[in-house]
Amino acid sequence: MAMLEIRNLHARVNKQEILKGINLDINAGEVHSLMGPNGSGKSTLAQVLARRETYEVTEGEVLFNGKDLLAMKPEEAACEGLFIAFQYPVEVPGISNSYFLRAALNAQRKYRGEEPIDAIDFIPLLKEKMKLLEMDERFQSRAINEGFSGGEKKRNEIVQMAVLNPSLAILDETDSGLDIDALKIVSQGVNAMRSPDRAIVMVTHYQRLLDYIVPDFVHVLAGGKIVKSGGAELALELEREGYGWIEPALAGAR
Amino acid sequence: MTATNTIEEFANQEYKWGFVTDVEEDRIPRGLNEDIIRLISAKKEEPEFMLEWRLRAFRHWMTLVKADAEPKWAHVTFPQIDYQDIVYYSAPKKKAGAKKSLDEVDPEILEAYSKLGISLNEQKRLQGVAVDAVFDSVSVATTFKAKLAKEGIIFCSFSDAVKEHPELVKKYLGTVVPYSDNFYAALNAAVFSDGSFVYMPKGVRCPMELSTYFRINAADTGQFERTLIIADEGSQVSYLEGCTAPARDENQLHAAVVELVALDNAQIKYSTVQNWYPGDKNGVGGIYNLVTKRGKCAGANSRISWTQVETGSSITWKYPSCILVGDNSVGEFYSVALSNNYQQADTGTKMIHIGKNTRSTIVSKGISAGHGQNTYRGGVKIMKNATGARNYTQCDSLLIGDQCGAHTFPYIEVRNSSARMEHEASTSKVDEDQIFYFRQRGLSAEEAVSMIINGFCKQVFRELPMEFAVEAQKLLSVSLEGSVG
Repeated sequence: MAMLEIRNLHARVNKQEILKGINLDINAGEVHSLMGPNGSGKSTLAQVLARRETYEVTEGEVLFNGKDLLAMKPEEAACEGLFIAFQYPVEVPGISNSYFLRAALNAQRKYRGEEPIDAIDFIPLLKEKMKLLEMDERFQSRAINEGFSGGEKKRNEIVQMAVLNPSLAILDETDSGLDIDALKIVSQGVNAMRSPDRAIVMVTHYQRLLDYIVPDFVHVLAGGKIVKSGGAELALELEREGYGWIEPALAGAR
Repeated sequence: MTATNTIEEFANQEYKWGFVTDVEEDRIPRGLNEDIIRLISAKKEEPEFMLEWRLRAFRHWMTLVKADAEPKWAHVTFPQIDYQDIVYYSAPKKKAGAKKSLDEVDPEILEAYSKLGISLNEQKRLQGVAVDAVFDSVSVATTFKAKLAKEGIIFCSFSDAVKEHPELVKKYLGTVVPYSDNFYAALNAAVFSDGSFVYMPKGVRCPMELSTYFRINAADTGQFERTLIIADEGSQVSYLEGCTAPARDENQLHAAVVELVALDNAQIKYSTVQNWYPGDKNGVGGIYNLVTKRGKCAGANSRISWTQVETGSSITWKYPSCILVGDNSVGEFYSVALSNNYQQADTGTKMIHIGKNTRSTIVSKGISAGHGQNTYRGGVKIMKNATGARNYTQCDSLLIGDQCGAHTFPYIEVRNSSARMEHEASTSKVDEDQIFYFRQRGLSAEEAVSMIINGFCKQVFRELPMEFAVEAQKLLSVSLEGSVG
């Protein structure tokens, strides 16, 4: 049984169908990359998996560790081990990063029937992860993402991921807006989290990220369907040729 | 469920203090005239000076009624109140010859207070908080009175103070809020029934928190309490008040007056958690909370701090203020005001700087949800002789959903060029993206909103005494329960 099984998934937003029959299996230990032209449905797929209510699933089935993911609330999916690093992390004034993250971790621990972690044990854990992402310790007491640069926000997402330790991590265009140094740091953080128990899905436009985090599988989305799948070499091909060469397949998808 | 729904549902909550206690009432006829005033005064066995003061206030109020001088400037709308349709005095009936001790309090009333989480039994009470319990028009019990008396502290019902300490009442009553101050203050002065009285003797630091718990129980009545706190030279006191009322479809009037006097080097901290019945989710029923609260820093180096958490009432009209007369005196106002469903709140403060080097701080946090309308109205006046005066004002608004409103009306008047004024304001919105962000990390929508609100309010909450801060946080989350599903 795969960790994530997506079967014939159709979803729409504002009555417009975006996903038109996605089929995908993701196993623990694998790193997948989802690529494709703008509007192909990559981010929609990520949001649907995270159970964002704005997206309506009209058909299909998704099993996450054998459980019906589509029946879960966003917080249930999170507690079951699904994490999404957002493309545009929101700012929340008045709540510190560390307070927020501890509350989130404790909500997940509670869900799993574990004891809450207190501040004394939590702070060293957080500091360790922040060090990995080369974030200044002072960020922990600052309000969530408030006044952070684009790169700092993305790094903060990976810190959260490292603390929450999900079994399935989806990185939604985590590389966009990062300079080359930040990209290296973020990649380092993600690579450190590769493990046989965890699957990682990277939604991206660029090969650049894949130079640092080498995927096991690359999928090309077009018109709401996966039109081509392959290994890491597929991404290189896309980089060289653009999406034009998949036009025939694209036409088939429409 | 759509995204917008999530936020709208956030505004539907149940008021958990809406029960009615079945007690036999001693109530007077409906309506208001000089005979009614005489009757109230007689019921309370008041000395002559008190009755005369009431009558002067009543006559003044009548001129205001004739002049149609009921304030209309606040950003609230409600139907004209029929002042002849209110019962101005209702008290739970006492057993014959009962003296005011806890054993004599009607068990039904004790039960009502314990339902509200207030134990009037001194042994069971949390140490460190003395309570005066006001039930409709009368104070039914005051705890720790004897213990406080040992320190020379007078903490009793206003009615008892009028009888037992008439010289103090005579000296200070109406010196901060004269009966001629405004329409509702005049009405209160004429008909006020009970409230708390505190006198802190020179140099004494109050060993415990003093508090009053106001409960409206009877129907068709108004509650008109009057509280007077005097902190003599070098004394310090922290006073808390809490309020609840049954859920009824009719609106009820609550027009209170609070006067604080701080003499040289004295400090008064006055905290309120106001949770009167706010009306139902369609705006039916609820308390009209039309209140005048003012403190006078009469002495040098004195300090008065107001902290309020206003979650209840359908209409709130309230501006706890400070008159900074003494040199180097300090006035503070920390406020969280929540307007949910169809609640309307027009609240803020006035800081009048008269003495030299007087300082004031205003931190106002307004939260609007549902169809709520929340207004901050503030006045800072620096008078001619207030050399070196300083004010810092911060007013922040938080909007939840897109049906509500937040408004700010800061008035600043400076007549001394040495004054330093700072004013900061912000408006923010709890949006779906924030809530989804929290949920994706494993927190429920309620937890998300509660954390966001508490983060927004923490500057004010940290001014509250510890136990109250916890209560206030709980209250806010309950008041917003169901707004996010």
